[in-house]
Amino acid sequence: MNLEMFLKMQNELLLVGLLLAVLIGEIITSQKSKVKLINVTIIGFALVTLIGFIYQPTQGSIFGGMFRTNALIQLLKNGLNVGVLIILMQSAGWLKESLVPQKKSAEFFMLMFSSVIGLNFMISSGDFLMFYVALELSTLPVAALASYNAYKRQSAEAGIKLILSATLASGLALFGISFLYGATGALYFDDMANLLQMSNLTILGLVFFFAGLSFKVSLVPFHFWTADVYEGSPINVTSYLSVISKGAAVFIMMFILFNVFKAFTSIWQPMLYGVAIATMFVGNLFALRQQNLKRFLAFSSVAQAGFMLLGILNGGVLGATSVVYFVLVYMFSNLGAFGVVQAISHKTGKENMKDYEGLYRTNPLLSLIMMLGLFSLAGIPPVAGFFGKFFLFTAAAGKGYYILVFIAVVNATISLYYYLKVIRAMFLRVSDNPIPYFKNDIFMKLGLASAAAGILVLGLYSPLFEYVQSISNLIFN
Amino acid sequence: MNFSYTILIPLIPLFVFLFVGILHTKLTPKIAGSIGVLGLSTTTLLSLYTAYKYFFEVGKVGEVYQTFIGAKTTWINFTDTLHIDMGVLLDPISIMMLVVVSFISLMVHIYSLGYMKGEAGFNRYYAFLSLFTFSMYGLVIATNIFQMYIFWELVGVSSFLLIGYYYDKPSAVAAAKKAFIVTRFADLGFLIGILILSYYAGTFDFQTLNDPQGAIILNGIGGSFMGLSVLTWALILMFMGGAGKSAMFPLHIWLPDAMEGPTPVSALIHAATMVVAGVYLVARMFPLYYFIDGGFVLQIVAYVGAFTALFAAIIACTQNDIKRVLAFSTMSQIGYMMLALGVSGYDGHEGLGYMASMFHLFTHAMFKALLFLGAGSVIHAVHSNLMKDMGGLRKYMPITNITFLIAALSISGFPFTSGFFSKDEILAAAFEQNKLLYFVGLFVAGLTAFYMFRIYFSIFWGKDRDYKHAPHESPLTMTIPLILLAILSIAPGYIHFSDFISADRTSFVAHLDFPLAITAVVTGLIGILVAFVFYKKESNIPERATKAFGAIYTWAYHKFYIDELYLFVTKKIIFNVVSASFAWFDKKVIDDGMIGIGNATINSSDKIKKLQSGKFQDYATWFVVGAIALVLYFLYKN
Repeated sequence: MNLEMFLKMQNELLLVGLLLAVLIGEIITSQKSKVKLINVTIIGFALVTLIGFIYQPTQGSIFGGMFRTNALIQLLKNGLNVGVLIILMQSAGWLKESLVPQKKSAEFFMLMFSSVIGLNFMISSGDFLMFYVALELSTLPVAALASYNAYKRQSAEAGIKLILSATLASGLALFGISFLYGATGALYFDDMANLLQMSNLTILGLVFFFAGLSFKVSLVPFHFWTADVYEGSPINVTSYLSVISKGAAVFIMMFILFNVFKAFTSIWQPMLYGVAIATMFVGNLFALRQQNLKRFLAFSSVAQAGFMLLGILNGGVLGATSVVYFVLVYMFSNLGAFGVVQAISHKTGKENMKDYEGLYRTNPLLSLIMMLGLFSLAGIPPVAGFFGKFFLFTAAAGKGYYILVFIAVVNATISLYYYLKVIRAMFLRVSDNPIPYFKNDIFMKLGLASAAAGILVLGLYSPLFEYVQSISNLIFN
Repeated sequence: MNFSYTILIPLIPLFVFLFVGILHTKLTPKIAGSIGVLGLSTTTLLSLYTAYKYFFEVGKVGEVYQTFIGAKTTWINFTDTLHIDMGVLLDPISIMMLVVVSFISLMVHIYSLGYMKGEAGFNRYYAFLSLFTFSMYGLVIATNIFQMYIFWELVGVSSFLLIGYYYDKPSAVAAAKKAFIVTRFADLGFLIGILILSYYAGTFDFQTLNDPQGAIILNGIGGSFMGLSVLTWALILMFMGGAGKSAMFPLHIWLPDAMEGPTPVSALIHAATMVVAGVYLVARMFPLYYFIDGGFVLQIVAYVGAFTALFAAIIACTQNDIKRVLAFSTMSQIGYMMLALGVSGYDGHEGLGYMASMFHLFTHAMFKALLFLGAGSVIHAVHSNLMKDMGGLRKYMPITNITFLIAALSISGFPFTSGFFSKDEILAAAFEQNKLLYFVGLFVAGLTAFYMFRIYFSIFWGKDRDYKHAPHESPLTMTIPLILLAILSIAPGYIHFSDFISADRTSFVAHLDFPLAITAVVTGLIGILVAFVFYKKESNIPERATKAFGAIYTWAYHKFYIDELYLFVTKKIIFNVVSASFAWFDKKVIDDGMIGIGNATINSSDKIKKLQSGKFQDYATWFVVGAIALVLYFLYKN
C-alpha cells in the first residue's frame, strides 16, 4: 500500500477530512461566527466536489478487493457530490436562521457528511461486508437528520419511522446475505458470482437481500416509510433521501444484480418486472391525491424509482447507461423542485398546493424553476427528463418488454396529470392570498440556478450522454 | 475576401430583439428606440460595405458573379449530403436584398420614432421590428432551402405580431390571425415541396440544387406523377408558398386586412420586404424553375402574376381607404415582378425579365415604402384612413405632398423616375415573350397611374374637410425618411442593373426600348389625366363613372367577393359538414373514453389510500409480507 493506492479513496478521504475540519471548527469558533462556519463548510464542500472532477482516481481496487473504483463509479460519486452541494446551498438559509440559534448547525454537516461517506463506500464496495457497513453508515445519520426539527411532532415521528424501517430492512438484507454466505462461503462479489448456484437457499438469500435494498430505493411494497418520513423531515433531508440516497442505492442494486446474480437473471428479471409495475402504479396513484407538496414529491419519487427499474431490466450496457443518465437527470430535476419548495417553506412555512396558486404573478423565477423541474420529472421534451425516460424505455423495449414499456407510458401520462396540477396552480390559478414576493439569499439562488442549469445542460448537451455511454461497460468490472 | 463578418448582419438585430424584448419594461422608449436605430444603422452600413466590396471589387471572377459563403455551420446532420445548415450566402440578389431590407428597415425605425411616439407598447414594437429584421435577413442570406423555410416562418410570426400590435382592437386581432392562417396554409405547400425536392435531390443546398450543370437539372430526378415530373410538382408547391407570402391570387386575401397594423409596419413588411419573399424565392431557385420541364412552372408564375396584377389594380381603383388602395397596389406590383420572372429566359439578354423583376423589386421597395410612410404621415395628421376625411392637405403638409407626388409619379412610370426604368424593362421582357401578357401589363400600367393619382388628388388637392384641428406637417423624424426615400425613388433608375444582376450571373446591356417606353408613358399619362379630370376638383364625374360601370364596380368594390367565397368554403362546408362529424366522434367517443379512464384512475387512487395508514406496524407487516410473497413465488416457480 502506498499513497497512490490510498488516493483511490480520495473522495472518501476528503470527506472525512472535511468532517473532521467541521468538528474542529465547531469547537474553536464562537457562537457569533457559526454563520461564517456554515459558509466556509459549504465552500469547502464545493472544493471537495471540484477536486473530484479534476483528479480522476485510477481504476482498480484496494484492501484485497473490498474497495474498488473506476470512471463510472467516480462519475456517480461526482454527481452525488454535486447533488449534495446543491442541497447544502439550498439549506444554507435554513441552517443559519433556524439551526444556529439551536447550536446544531455543525452537527447537521457532520451527520450529512457521514451519510455521504457511507454512500460513497457503498457504491465502491467490492464485498458484502463492506457493503453492509456502508449501508448502515449511510442510513443511520439520516435518521437523526430526519428528526432534526425536534420540536415538531412530525419530524420526531419521521426519525423514529425511518430508524425502525431501516432496522427492519437492513436486518432482512443481512439475513439474506448470511444465506448467501452459507451457500457459498464467500463474501467478495467476485467470488460469490463464481460460486453461486441456483437453489432454494440462494433464491431466499437473493430475495431478502433485494428486499432490504429496495427499502432504500423505496420500491413497492417496501416503500411505506417514504411518505411519512419525507413529509416529516426537514426538506433538505427529504431531498437528500429522495435524490442522493436513492440514486446511490439504485446504482449498487444494478451493479450487484448484474454481476453477483448474473446467473439468476431468470429470477430477478421477473421480480423487477412485477415490482416495477407495482411501484409505478402505487407511486402515481398516491401522488395523484396529495395536497402537501413534500408528500406529493415523495410519492412521485416512488414512481420515478419504478421507471429506473426498466433500465436495470435491460441487463446490459445500454441499461446501465440509461439508469446512470436518468439518475443524474432525476437528481437535478428533483432538486429544482425541492429547492423551490424549500425556499417557499423557509420563508413562509407554506407547503400545500393551494398555497402555490398565483405564484407566477408574485415570484415568476421560482415558478419557472419549479416548472422546469416538474416538466423534467414528467418527461416533457425538450428538457432532460424526456431523454432520461426515453432511454429507459428504449432499454426495456430493446429486451422485448413491450408490455412493460406500455404500462410505463401509461404511468408517465398519469404522472403528467399531477405534475401539471402544480403548474396549473402556479401559472393559471389566481389567488386572493398568494405567497408574497421575497428575495432569496445568494446560496439559495446558486442552488436553484445550478439545478436548473443541470436540467438544461443534461438535456441539450448530448456529449454528456455520450460520455456516460462510453464508460457504461465499466458496470461489469 | 473574407465575408465572415456578414454573420453580424442578422445577429445584431437578433441581439437588439433579445435586449429590448427582455428589458422592455425597464427601458425608456427613448433608449429602446435609439438602440433599434443604432443597431439597424450598423447593419445598413455593413450591408452597403458588403455590396460595395462584392459588386465593385471581388464579386466578379472573369465574367461571372461568384457565390460566396460568408459563414456556415451544420445544424442537423441526416446523411453526408443531406444536412440542414445555417449560414450566409452572398450573391448578387442576396446582397441586393440585404441593402433593400437594411435601408427600408432603417427608414422605418427612424420614422417610427415619431409615428409611434407615446404608444403604450413602444418598446414591444421596436423589439418586434428587430425580430422581423433579423428573420428577414436570415431568409435572404439562407444557404439552403430549409434555412429559408425556418426564417420564412419567422417572418410570418413577426408579421403576425406586428399586424396584431393593437391587440385590444378586435379587427387587428382578426387580421393578424387571418394573415397567419392564410400564409401558413400556403406554407404547407412550401414545406411539402421542400420535402419532395430534398427527398429526391438528397440535399437542401441552394448551390447544388441550382447548378445549371448539376445532375439535378441535367438528368432530372424522381418519377412522374399525374403527367408532370415530381420535381415540377415540388416547384409548383414551393411556388404556392411564395404565392401565399407575396399575396398572389387566390392567396391574397390576407394582405388588405394586414393594413390593421401600424402604418410603418405596412411600409416595411407589407410593401417592401416580406411580401416580395415569394419573388425572391422564385429568383433564388430560378435555374430550377427555368430548366425543369422546359419552364412549365414559370408559365404558371407568369400567368398568376399577370392576373394578380390586373385583378388587384382593378380593385385598387374602387377602394376608399388609402392604405387598402396601397395594399392592392402592392399586390399588383408584385404581380408585375412575378410576371417578369415568368417570361424571363436564362442566357445573357434573354434573362431580361429576371433582371427587370429584381430591378422592379428594388425600385418598388423604395417608392412603395415612401407611399406608405407618406400615407402614414397623412393619417398621423388627420387621424383617419379614409379619403373622404382628407383633402387640400398640400397647404399644410408640403414635404409629405412633394414626396408623395414623387412616389406616385415613380409608380406610374413617369419618365426619369426609377419606376419608369424598371417598368419599362418588365414590359420589354413581356413584349419579347408573350404579347398577351404585355398588353395586360400595359393596361395595368394605365390603371396604376389612375388609382395612384386618384388618391393623390383626393388627399392633397380638392377642398379642405372639417378638420378638428388644423393638420400640420409631421416631425423631422418622419419627414427625413420621406425625403431620403424620395431621392431613392428617382436615383436607382440610373443604375445599370443589368451590369450586376442577371439570370446567368454575367453582365449584359439592356437598352431602353423607345417605342415601348413611349407607349407605356402615354398610357400612364392617360391614367393620370383621367384621374385629374375626375378628382382634381369635386365633381360628379366619379359618381357618373361608377354608375356606368354598374355591376363591375360593385364587384370590384367588394374585392370580387373572394373573401366571402373563402368564408363559405371554410364555414359552411368545412366547419359545418366535415368538422362537425369529426367533432361528434371526438367528443362522444374519444373524450368520454378518456374521461372514463381518468375517473377510474382517481377512484382507484381513492381505494388504495387506506394502505398508507401511518402506523409503522402496518408498514412492517407489508414489508415482510412482500418479501415472503416474493420468496414463495420464486421458490414455487423454481
